[in-house]
Amino acid sequence: MAVQRKSNMHIIDGNQSAAIAAKMSRVQVVAAYPITPQTPLTEQLSQFVEQGELKAEYVAVESEHSAMAVCTSASIVGARAFTGTSSHGLAYMHEMLHWAAGARLPIVLACVNRAIGAPWNVLNDQQDSISQRDTGWIQIYCRNNQEIMDTLIQAYRIAEQVYVPVMVCYDGYILSHTEMPVDVPDQADVDRYLPPYKPHTTLDPANPKNYNLVTLANPRIGVDGKLYHGYMELRYLLQEALQNSRETILQAGREFNEIFGRDYARMFWEDRSEDAEITIVAMGSLAMEAIVAADMLREEGLKVGVLGLRVFRPFPKSDVVQALRKSRLIVVFDKNISYGSEGATCSEIKSALYGTYINASIRNFIVGLGGRDVKARELAEATKKAIASLKETVINPDYPEWICQI
Amino acid sequence: MGTRDCNHICDESSPGIGEAGRTGEWRTSLPVVDDTKCTASRLNKPTCFLCWLYCPEAVMTKAIPPTIDMEYCKGCGICAQVCPVQAITMLPEEKNIG
Ligand code: SF4
Ligand code: SF4
Repeated sequence: MAVQRKSNMHIIDGNQSAAIAAKMSRVQVVAAYPITPQTPLTEQLSQFVEQGELKAEYVAVESEHSAMAVCTSASIVGARAFTGTSSHGLAYMHEMLHWAAGARLPIVLACVNRAIGAPWNVLNDQQDSISQRDTGWIQIYCRNNQEIMDTLIQAYRIAEQVYVPVMVCYDGYILSHTEMPVDVPDQADVDRYLPPYKPHTTLDPANPKNYNLVTLANPRIGVDGKLYHGYMELRYLLQEALQNSRETILQAGREFNEIFGRDYARMFWEDRSEDAEITIVAMGSLAMEAIVAADMLREEGLKVGVLGLRVFRPFPKSDVVQALRKSRLIVVFDKNISYGSEGATCSEIKSALYGTYINASIRNFIVGLGGRDVKARELAEATKKAIASLKETVINPDYPEWICQI
Repeated sequence: MGTRDCNHICDESSPGIGEAGRTGEWRTSLPVVDDTKCTASRLNKPTCFLCWLYCPEAVMTKAIPPTIDMEYCKGCGICAQVCPVQAITMLPEEKNIG
């Protein structure tokens, strides 16, 4: 049910959208280190704090590792914490990303997707966040600046309900530095949507606690004589939390729609999937480009649909199976590569379809690394190439094709 | 026995002895001090205490008679080795030997 509310359109870039969303989420601690293309996000947030528009502690740290360490400490004592980073910064944060997830802290991180060196490259691809796939964070990808705003606000709702940190990913430059219309919500509505953070951990000198100290392999008896989880039980609970987070994600999206009139009750975006025999799969802003490619191919009479991946972790296996049930051919475009294998989202799609009745051919293309422009025309051509390849072989190739000049 | 009753989603405990793990449970040998042989005990004087000095776990007390914190003693047997009068005997720690 969409509600009537007057829109409050601003023409802003992705970083501004993320900064405003963090401010409206009333984050209490921001710890970040500037890195291209995330820099304007941190600048904007420090300005909000400086001008008194955001009542938060802005911790200017000396590295991304420290940024996440500060967020972890802040979150564990009950503060809503936020950070943003890109590329090498996210890689440098890697150890603490594990820590935040392992300690079950509902931190939200904006990852402004950028390529990783060597060689140096400040432009967009998704290798950075994909490299952090197995840290136990929920990962949600945005297609445009409105989604950045909305997803970031929802991220706190989700994170604080399931106690799993959320990474909100958006493409560097393509979104971070491109201005587009964004409907900025009312603060009162955001407050209504987002209740204050209730930590599962407490810092109370009268009742001191140890958190996440050396945990032996097996469960152990505590000083109170009760049996406590061992390391493996805690890891199981993290996996269980991600497995069960789908409902919370959908609920957060549904309730967002009730208040703001934009529906996010979905794990991915579908475009013309009802009758699609050929489905293009892409994640982030590339999913928008794919819609234009699908338009071109539809004009040629091909029944093409688009599946725009939104939630990458937890990966919505059964939903994907449902959405791809009519597809004969699935063309997956990845802005990342698992070297020696294939694009990460392609692997996910294949694994979701294994053992189901869907026996579609799958073709994977690696595109847009290090900011290489991806045109809708190129996606359409690659899709036609994939269709043609079906005549040659129905077997899915071991390795992806690259859209580059080799 | 499962840990479903434990309602913590991250590792949490109250500070206290043994909270980092009662490592004494690793012990397969148990040191037993014979006070009738121990020089410090026999002379009732703060002397010798080589066992206290050499114990790598710092669980031997510099007391008369010397006592051992069994929460942490690993049963390594160093105390028995260094005791000049063989006052310490290593016995099998039956409860930890399968
Ligand atoms: S057996 Fe080892 S740990 Fe135990 S009291 Fe002797 S020296 Fe210390
Ligand atoms: S080393 Fe032997 S004699 Fe010396 S204090 Fe220890 S138990 Fe007694």
